[in-house]
Amino acid sequence: MDTTTRDGFAAPMGQRRPAMQLSRNRRRGALQGRIVHWLFFACAAMSVITTFGIVASLLSQSLGFFREIPIWDFLFGATWSPILRDAEGNRHYGVLPLVSGTLLVATIAAAVAVPAGLAIAIYLSEYAPDKVRRTIKPVLEVLAGIPTVVYGYFALTFVTPLLQSLPVPYLQENLLVFNALSAGLVMGLMIVPMVSSLSEDAMVAVPRSLRNAAYALGGTRLEVSIRIVVPAAFSGIIASFILAFSRAIGETMLVTLAAGATPRLTFNPVESIQAMTAFIVQLALGETPHGSLEYNTIFAVGLLLFFFTLGMNVLGHFLVRRFREEY
Amino acid sequence: MTTTEATATDTTLSVTNLDMYYGPFRALRDINLDVARNSVTALIGPSGSGKSTLLRCFNRMNDLIPGARIEGQVLFNGEDIYHPSIDPTEIRLRVGMVFQKPNPFPKSIYDNVAFGLRINGFKGNMDEAVERSLRRAALWDEVKDRLKASGLTLSGGQQQRLCIARAVAVQPDVILMDEPASALDPISTLAIEDLMRELSREYTIIVVTHNMQQAARVSDWTAFMTMGEDRAGYLVEVGGTHQIFTNPRDQRTEGYITGRFG
Repeated sequence: MDTTTRDGFAAPMGQRRPAMQLSRNRRRGALQGRIVHWLFFACAAMSVITTFGIVASLLSQSLGFFREIPIWDFLFGATWSPILRDAEGNRHYGVLPLVSGTLLVATIAAAVAVPAGLAIAIYLSEYAPDKVRRTIKPVLEVLAGIPTVVYGYFALTFVTPLLQSLPVPYLQENLLVFNALSAGLVMGLMIVPMVSSLSEDAMVAVPRSLRNAAYALGGTRLEVSIRIVVPAAFSGIIASFILAFSRAIGETMLVTLAAGATPRLTFNPVESIQAMTAFIVQLALGETPHGSLEYNTIFAVGLLLFFFTLGMNVLGHFLVRRFREEY
Repeated sequence: MTTTEATATDTTLSVTNLDMYYGPFRALRDINLDVARNSVTALIGPSGSGKSTLLRCFNRMNDLIPGARIEGQVLFNGEDIYHPSIDPTEIRLRVGMVFQKPNPFPKSIYDNVAFGLRINGFKGNMDEAVERSLRRAALWDEVKDRLKASGLTLSGGQQQRLCIARAVAVQPDVILMDEPASALDPISTLAIEDLMRELSREYTIIVVTHNMQQAARVSDWTAFMTMGEDRAGYLVEVGGTHQIFTNPRDQRTEGYITGRFG
């Protein structure tokens, strides 16, 4: 006769299984569950601790900077020249030129990426036949995977000459080799996949039933896309914009290579500028003595950059909540 | 008076030799059906007999499914709605639809009702049109103080009446209802049924239902569908509801309504 295993699974028909044996082996499961729980908690805690560590290091190093330079002069000064002295032998620590450079490039990028990314998302989600969608999506993802240094050289050696050769007299005469315009345009290209992919995910998630309801009321494909799908997916779309803009603000290689190293308070895209990230690279590459005032400027600018992206994230959270259409 | 005009006065929709395919699969076979104006016609039959598919042929909703096509003819007021010169969005404007699960837009109650009018370039008084539609759907008294609230804050039954208000707002001739009460509790179901009776004075209503009692209660005409060995749905019998339920001509109809199968 077949004997029962400890678990009793092989018990023959009609034979009762002893009740005691039911829960013995469960203890092991409980211990395992606790270990896994703590392991995963440790992983989650790690990222939080890292974040705090970075903030702490930024804050402490910046403190050295702000002991010598008043925060007011830093935030609202219009001249940035922390290494080179001017004719009177003074250095200037006004960060506005770097901020304007960063915002100029990021704004140009957003002006490219937001409409293009949204249009691509609408096309993929509402218009494209399955076959086209399956071809385009991987191509977009490849675009997102290209190293930023490649984009930088693309801007510098292809887009800038292209812009200079356009039959626009203003560009021909004024566009510098290093300029915010081509860096911004290429950065826009770079973040298009981010906008389109996240927006499309949000739009695909809109239930079919809402589209059907709109079609049944005589809606055209465009009306259904613009008036039903985009509003219903708006919080996700906004999130994609914010994320892409943060990425543009934090992007380093492209602006270092293509936008120049001339801190200048300007919003003219044909000029050469310097972005906050590009300055950090420039100084980090130089022979700045550790602990000097010049060295500490890196952390002051880094801290400001951190607050920018933090601000964008907070704004993103707020907008996502504000525009959420529950469905 | 020509024949077409003569038929147009008493039948709203007329289906002739309709076959419907999803790719290579034939979903409907040789449907012939005349739908009487300003009445309720119920489509009954077992699951998979093609009732909803037939319903979606009337407003060309099947067009949205890749690979779907039809053979045969569907006349709406004497006009072939599948003629190449016909814009399907115009058909859908004249032949409205209410779905199985209430699907209000994630917008305000007001905007839900106004949506169809707005996209179709309505120029009149929107507030009046919204109120009229909500009254017609017997929802006005319940929502008049919170038109700005999201349609999704309403109960299931109210949501479905909102969907009906949304459908009547664009003043269609026909309202298609695909099991409109199947997701609702009994009280809401009765409210929807009363509404269907009420609306049938002005509109032609075609309702798909799995609920025999509902078909018997609300409809003037009943069409019984079933499916063949090839899984294609076809029409077995059409007649006055009283006749179908008391004295069906076909054994299969009798078997279904007496609960012997399906």
